[in-house]
Amino acid sequence: MATRGASEAVFAVSAAADATPSLWLEAGRRFRRHHLAMVGSVILISMVVAVLTGPLVWRQPINEIDFKAKLKGPSWSHPLGTDDLGQDLLARMLYGGRISLAVGIAAMLIAISIGTTIGATSGFVGGKLDNTLMRITDMFLSLPGLPLLLLIVYLFRDTLRKTLGPEAGIFILIVAVIGGLRWMPVARLVRAQFLSLREKEFVEAARSLGAPAFRQMFRHLLPNSMGPVLVAATIDVAAAIIAESTLSFLGLGFPPDIPTWGRILFDAKDNLDFAPHWAIFPGTAIFLTVLSINYIGDALRDALDPRKVLGR
Amino acid sequence: MSKYFLRQTLILIPVLAGISAVLFTILALAPGDPFEELATNPNVPAEVRMNLRAKFGLDDPIPIRYARWVVAMVRGDWGFSFVSRVNVDTLIMQRLPVTMVVLGSALVLAIVVAVPIGTLSALRPYSLFDQAATTFAFIGFSLPTFFTGLLFILLFSIHLDWLPFIYRADISATGWRWYWEHLRQSIMPVAVLGLFQAASMTRFMRAAVLDVIRLDYVNTARAKGLSEGVTLVKHVVRNALIPVVTLVALQIPGIFGGAIVTEQIFRVPGIGSLLIASILANDTPVVMAVTFVFSCLVLLSNLAADLLYGWLDPRISYR
Repeated sequence: MATRGASEAVFAVSAAADATPSLWLEAGRRFRRHHLAMVGSVILISMVVAVLTGPLVWRQPINEIDFKAKLKGPSWSHPLGTDDLGQDLLARMLYGGRISLAVGIAAMLIAISIGTTIGATSGFVGGKLDNTLMRITDMFLSLPGLPLLLLIVYLFRDTLRKTLGPEAGIFILIVAVIGGLRWMPVARLVRAQFLSLREKEFVEAARSLGAPAFRQMFRHLLPNSMGPVLVAATIDVAAAIIAESTLSFLGLGFPPDIPTWGRILFDAKDNLDFAPHWAIFPGTAIFLTVLSINYIGDALRDALDPRKVLGR
Repeated sequence: MSKYFLRQTLILIPVLAGISAVLFTILALAPGDPFEELATNPNVPAEVRMNLRAKFGLDDPIPIRYARWVVAMVRGDWGFSFVSRVNVDTLIMQRLPVTMVVLGSALVLAIVVAVPIGTLSALRPYSLFDQAATTFAFIGFSLPTFFTGLLFILLFSIHLDWLPFIYRADISATGWRWYWEHLRQSIMPVAVLGLFQAASMTRFMRAAVLDVIRLDYVNTARAKGLSEGVTLVKHVVRNALIPVVTLVALQIPGIFGGAIVTEQIFRVPGIGSLLIASILANDTPVVMAVTFVFSCLVLLSNLAADLLYGWLDPRISYR
C-alpha cells in the first residue's frame, strides 16, 4: 500500500508539472476513455441528427391513411412497417422523436434552473431562508411523482388545450410539470457545493478583496459547482424522456396526432400479437436514447470528479 | 429506539399537512367545476346549481374549504365515486391489498437479486462478472417499465405461451390450484417491477460495498480469524446497506410510478389502475383520494426506511 501511495504521489507531481492546459480539456480526455459513453454519444448524436434532418429526407407524411398497407412489417416502401391505419412508422417516429427529445431537454432546463436558483440561494444566504427552502425541498422529495403528474395533467389539460392549442398547450404543461417535480436533487447538490466552496481559500480571497456578493456568486461559486449539475442535467434528460413516454403510454400525454414514442407504444400495445414491430421500434428508440444518456452521465461523473484526476 | 421511532413519526405530521395542502391547492386552482355537467344540462335551472354550490361550500374561501376537507379525510369520510357510486374508501380498500402484494413481492425480488450481485461485483471489481453485472444494471434501469412489460408479454405470453398476460382477481379454482394460478399471473408484473428496482439497487450496493470493504475494521475481522462468510454478512454487508437504504428510500416515489404502469399493462386490479381508470372517467373524488393514498404510502415507506436505518446503525437512534 505504502509504495503504491508513493508512486501515486510521484504521479501527481508529474501530472501537475505537465500543467494540463485546462480542467475541461482534461475532463474531455477522461471522458473519451469511457468507451461505452463514446458509443452512447455517437448513438445519441445520430438520433438527434436523424430526427432533425430525417423528415426532410424521408418525405412520407405522418398521417396518410392507407388501409391497403395496414399493420405491415418492415419493407422497402415502409422501412419500419406501418400501423393499424397504414401510416408510415418511420415518418411518425422521426417526427415523434423531435417531440420526445425536445420534452427531455426543455424539462431538464426547467429542473436545472429551478434547482440551481433554490440551491444557490439556500447555500449563499443561509440561516432561516436556507432552513425553509430545504424543508420545502424535502417535502417535494416525498411527493409521489407519477400520481401527482397524472393529477395535474388531468386537472389542467383541457384549459391549456383551449387557450394554447392542442400541441403547444400539452407540450408546455408536460414540460413544466416534469421539470417542476424534478428540481430537488439539483437544489441539494448546488447547496452542498456552495456550502463547501464558500469556505475555500479562493472565495475567501475574493471576499477579502471586496468582491460584491454578485461577483462571488456568478464568478466564483456558480462556475465551480457546475460539474455535478452537468451530470444531474444529463440524467434528468433521460428521466424526463421516460416520464413523457410514460404519460403518453398511459394515454394521458400527447394526443394521437402527435406521435411521440410513448404515444406510438400506447397505440401499439393492443396489437402486440400480430404487429410486434409497431411496439418494438419506438420502445427500442426510447431504450437506446436513455441508455446512451445514462452512459454519458456515468462518464461525465467520472470525468468531472476532481478526486479522480489521478486515477485511470 | 422507541424515542427515535416516536420522533420520526412526529416529523411525518407536518410533511403530511404540507403534502395535503399542495394537493388541495392544485385541486382548488384547477379550472373546471364538479357541477359543470349540470351547467350544460338545460333541465337544471341556474338557481339549483348555485344552491348546490352553496350547499357543498364551493364558494367559500380556499383555506376554509381546505380545513373542511382535512376534517372529512381524518374522519374517514372520503366522498363517493361519481362513476361507480361506491364510497371512495371502500373502493380503495378493495384495491389496495393487490397493489401492496405486488409491490412487496417486487421489493423482495429486487433485494434477493441486487444484494448478492452487488456484493459479488464489489468483491472482484472489473472482473468479467462485475462487467456483466454492470452492463445488465445499465440496461435494466434504462429500459422503461412499460417497454419491459410489453417485451415480457411478447416473449412469455404470445411467443412461448407460458404465462397469462391478464391478471384476474376472480380465479374460480380452489386449494393449491388457486395459489398456482395466482403465482403464475403474478410472475410477470412482479418480475418487471422487481428487476427494474434491482438494476439501480445493484449499482448502489456495489458502490457501498466498495467503500466499506477497504476499511480497517474489515481487516480486523479477517485478522481475528472470522470466516469469510461471517465477515461479509455481518460486517461488510450490514454496514454497506446503510447508504443503500437511503438511496432506495429516495427512489420510492419512482417505484410507485412503476407500479402504476405495470398495473396498467397487466391489468392488475390495484390502486394504480384505479387511478388511471378514474382519470379517464373524470372521477375527481377517486383521483384525489388515490393520489393522497399514494402520498401516504410514500411517507410510510420513508418512515420504514428511517427505522431500518436506525436498526442498521444504532448510533443514529441514540442521537
